[in-house]
Amino acid sequence: MKGQGRLAAWGVGLAVLVALPFVYRDPYHLHILVLILIWSFAYTSWSMMGRFGLVSLGHGGFMGIGAYVTALLWNHLGLSPWIGIPVSMIAAGALALIVGYPCFRFRITGHYFVLVTLALSGIVLQVITATRDYTGGSLGYTPNRASGNKLLALQFDDKTTWYLIALAVWLFGIVVWHWVDRSMARYALEAISEDEDAAAAAGVNVTAEKLKITLLSALMTALAGAIYCQYQMFITPDTVSGIAVSLQMVFAAIVGGLFVSLGPTFGAIITILLAESLRIGFGTKAVGWDNLVYGVLLVVFIIFLPKGILGSVLDRLKPQRKVPRAHEQEAVQIARPGA
Amino acid sequence: MLEVNGLVKRFGGFTAVNNVSFRVDQGEILGLIGPNGSGKSTIFNMLSGTLAPTSGSILFAGHEIAGLAPHRIINRGIGRTFQIPRPFRRLTIFENVALAGFYGQGRHSRIKAEEAAERSLAMVGLPTDRHASVDGLGAAGLKKLELAKALATSPKLLLADESLGGLDEAEMDQAADMLRNIRDELSITIIWVEHIMGVLMRVVDRVMVLDHGEKISEGLPSAVAGDPRVIEVYLGTDAETTQAAAAEARRRAGG
Repeated sequence: MKGQGRLAAWGVGLAVLVALPFVYRDPYHLHILVLILIWSFAYTSWSMMGRFGLVSLGHGGFMGIGAYVTALLWNHLGLSPWIGIPVSMIAAGALALIVGYPCFRFRITGHYFVLVTLALSGIVLQVITATRDYTGGSLGYTPNRASGNKLLALQFDDKTTWYLIALAVWLFGIVVWHWVDRSMARYALEAISEDEDAAAAAGVNVTAEKLKITLLSALMTALAGAIYCQYQMFITPDTVSGIAVSLQMVFAAIVGGLFVSLGPTFGAIITILLAESLRIGFGTKAVGWDNLVYGVLLVVFIIFLPKGILGSVLDRLKPQRKVPRAHEQEAVQIARPGA
Repeated sequence: MLEVNGLVKRFGGFTAVNNVSFRVDQGEILGLIGPNGSGKSTIFNMLSGTLAPTSGSILFAGHEIAGLAPHRIINRGIGRTFQIPRPFRRLTIFENVALAGFYGQGRHSRIKAEEAAERSLAMVGLPTDRHASVDGLGAAGLKKLELAKALATSPKLLLADESLGGLDEAEMDQAADMLRNIRDELSITIIWVEHIMGVLMRVVDRVMVLDHGEKISEGLPSAVAGDPRVIEVYLGTDAETTQAAAAEARRRAGG
């Protein structure tokens, strides 16, 4: 598939996705779809960095900021999420720059970068838990129900509206992914991930390019957190922030496929369906089982299928687009210590 | 065009480059030779911004560039190749060069970058096909790619670091001619660091010899080759044995 054929496939696929909630209204299934779309967007945001070997375990932090800042501004200051979400994104972006700049300037790469970002996740989680007077701590937090304009409060009761919002946000993520993929910045980032000195010798401002993609990734992840909060109307530190959420992003992106645009989406479908079927099949007896399965699968995938499920399938279908395997092994290997 | 004064680089207690001054004029090819560890690559790394000098000044086209970041120096018109080729294997050959064309020329336009890539690839004799993979290139091909990347940044001054290591004699001559063509056709000034003396002497306008981080001789190739100090540190000891070993290796390989 190339050019027009691919565009047509995307068009038909999208039309089906948009039409879906109008013909199929089962609320439970729509709920699962909304969750898949929101998490797909978060995983796609993570993979924007991850695909270039910038393995961040700090994205739980960005997501938590997106969710909590939006909700806190609404509850305490009555600020509409339409303003709160941009503010939360700016906060996450600022944090990304504060942590990213020294890392990139002083060349903290590979495992050390992973460790720094891991600390970031932990810190955000601790801050949310520790300021329990405002955030509700580990018991969770609920945005106040809007009394007036639902649109202004970004609170909707019907699943169809949320499905369409989630679809739009997800699509936005995919479009940004493709935009980066086609830009010169992708060349620069691929080059940086292989050899920073050689990239600099080609004229690339290594620190600036890494900061830009980190900023973009953090902004998008914060948006995912905010949308998740508005949809669920209930957040806890553990569901939107912390190391577990960060690891979940790494896992889903790697299982789905880091190097293809729909890979993280595929990863979200697998992880959420797995968690749901365990929950339905075994109930409370299986709490935490999904994490066990994730861990085992992650090890298996990194060793045997580093391009992820979708990436490997697409590779089979069109052998001409080859990306040397060794480098991908390297990129995903960095994620190992967390597994 | 380039004026270097009192350049010093220390790594802890070790002085890699000690008070070296030289100048390069517009349009010339300056050869830079010296035994291993004499400071050639350190000088290159300071000129290209990879290392900041401990002291001394580097004036390029009248502006001080000592200590600037590598990407800034490239955008001012100094391109470099690496001693050991450093291709980006995740990109195609064309993308490697287009990347340098884009970022090395101040990130103006993608079209301009791709034109520069096509020009540079044609200049060094690599295919301009957009899908060719780096994995298909041998030692000579990788050196050409390295050169094409540097050329795509539209340098006024090219720092060529030991471009000929690992090539056979025909390839060496070809590469030497290429450097000369680059100077003649694109009017790019060149500083060339090279171990293989014969080829270098044939192409360069002037030679500068380093030993233990200090400049010990400078001048026309013929004069430098006859300088007793040069013969002592370079030709007298190392070169004979090295050349003999190289000849022996070639005989066996050709076997």
